[in-house]
Amino acid sequence: MLKYIVKRLLHMIPVMLIISICIFGIIKLTPGDPVGANLNPKSTAEQKQAERARLGLDKPIPVQYARWLTRTIQGDFGESITYKKPVGDVIGTFIWNTFLLNVVEFIIAFIISIPLGIMCAVKKYSRFDNFWTVFSLFGISMPSFFFGLLLIYLFSVKLKIMPVSGMVEAGTKNTGLAYALEVGHHMILPGFVLIMSSLASLLRYTRNGMLEVLSQDYIRTARSKGLNEKVVVYKHAFRNALIPIVTLIGFYIPGLFSGAVILESIFRWPGLGLVMIESISARDYNLMMTMLIFLAFLTLLGNLLQDIGYALVDPRVKVE
Amino acid sequence: MVSKAEAKDTKKITVAHEEIETPWTLMKKRFKKNKIAMSGLYIFILLLLFVILGPIISPYDANTMDYASTNIGPTMSHFLGTDELGRDYLTRIMLGGRVSLMVGLFAVIISVIFGSLIGGIAGYYGGKMDNLMMRITEIVSSFPFLPLAISIQAVLGTRVPADYKMYITMMVIGLLSWPGLARMIRGQVLSLRELEFMHAAKALGLSDSRIVVRHLLPNTLAYIIVYSTLGMAGAIMSESALSFLGLGVTPPTPTWGNMITYAKDLFVLKSRPWLWIPPGLCILLAVMSINLIGDGLRDAFDPKS
Repeated sequence: MLKYIVKRLLHMIPVMLIISICIFGIIKLTPGDPVGANLNPKSTAEQKQAERARLGLDKPIPVQYARWLTRTIQGDFGESITYKKPVGDVIGTFIWNTFLLNVVEFIIAFIISIPLGIMCAVKKYSRFDNFWTVFSLFGISMPSFFFGLLLIYLFSVKLKIMPVSGMVEAGTKNTGLAYALEVGHHMILPGFVLIMSSLASLLRYTRNGMLEVLSQDYIRTARSKGLNEKVVVYKHAFRNALIPIVTLIGFYIPGLFSGAVILESIFRWPGLGLVMIESISARDYNLMMTMLIFLAFLTLLGNLLQDIGYALVDPRVKVE
Repeated sequence: MVSKAEAKDTKKITVAHEEIETPWTLMKKRFKKNKIAMSGLYIFILLLLFVILGPIISPYDANTMDYASTNIGPTMSHFLGTDELGRDYLTRIMLGGRVSLMVGLFAVIISVIFGSLIGGIAGYYGGKMDNLMMRITEIVSSFPFLPLAISIQAVLGTRVPADYKMYITMMVIGLLSWPGLARMIRGQVLSLRELEFMHAAKALGLSDSRIVVRHLLPNTLAYIIVYSTLGMAGAIMSESALSFLGLGVTPPTPTWGNMITYAKDLFVLKSRPWLWIPPGLCILLAVMSINLIGDGLRDAFDPKS
């Protein structure tokens, strides 16, 4: 098992390298002179040239890439021009806001969707099942930005019971419990949008997984032995239906750290998604590049954890 | 006049025709029985009529500006009012729907071409080719979709005239969304490869490209059809999200996504909801009906699941 994990980790290195080349290439193609952004507009051609040399922009692109890569591997991501801080610090600050929102949403969505999915599978095609099937389809088909705007319109503008955006009120002086409550209040609407969309897909996933298990021969055997239906469902079937769910958790965990770009920008939630989109409009290249690489890394990590989860939970899966 | 004997013959032929149940007719029957999927199909057809015939029937032209009547609310002559340039908003929504659906369709076509070819080649050749193709697939699938699409649009955005942004958006969505299909096709081809008809095809001396395109891919058609339907729903969503952020299709070309951008202005959000709720509902209806059709097709192809 350990050997498998090490092998998969090593396998990630070339993939990450190629991804980094692609991302670096895209950033290099971006119009706009980063030197112009750093200096005042009156600077002379010589000053600009000196600044180019200082930033290493006069070197050919492969050399620039190699330099950037060595710096990045050493953990030096450069400085963010919008925040006037090292990129690592910026990400380190905002990542926890994203994590907070996602982790709460993730736990609630899982707690609701798993029992619901099982009940739907057990009562397949009943009115209950049909209702939730349509509900989850609705959740999957609803664009998150439109749903978010609808909620803001309804609860913040018309009913005035929810804050429009942000994580806290501007200039808040609350501390301790009051502060936590304030954050919680701001979290309700964006959290609700997130829960809606992940609930929908988790529900479908659990229901289909459970249905597949319930149609297997050993379940028929258990039933024909005269076992109580509850024992069949919750003891025999559920354990096997759990396999895909557990691996899904592995896939989700790295995602907790990556921000939902659109959602965070609608609710102005100060997380990585908002940082990402603002870095693009501000042409903050160091920040943008690091964020892209970081998000790609999280995706790869998610796939890896999912596969490891499979191998750990399901003894039938052979690790090669 | 048709003679009696001939009439009898035709009858016989139709009867014989009914008796043959090809997988396709079986599938059609199953799909038609599925009420939810059929209602999805009807909604989608209505929506198509709305966006295709709508602008023709409408007395207004979607691009004609009328400075005498800008920003008016819903009235009997303008059901959804007019925008800031005095254009009839309902007609704009119809036209925007054409663009949204088109971008979704072409993005999915691009994605299907790449996905099926790469998956087919990987599965058919196996070995080193498989390794290479799957590595490419892995790389593309680990690109963070929305952030990367946004960055590409930001890079190309300033260099491309607004009219071409539609095509760029199609390409970006299509080129980033094929890995799922490629994996699925590869898996299918890997198992199909071991079947007897493949030995037959090889024994006949058919060329590799003919085997892949004419014999392997048609056998995965069910998967491709289901994928393209669900994929189109996803592509419409992605387009609307990108356009909403101002990084997909941009004005003056209307799409449902960029029309919702009006709601970014708190005043419009609050007091002119007819500008942003209808296009949003259109996206919801389009995506949902296509998803219903896709689910129905999947159940119809594979009654087990």
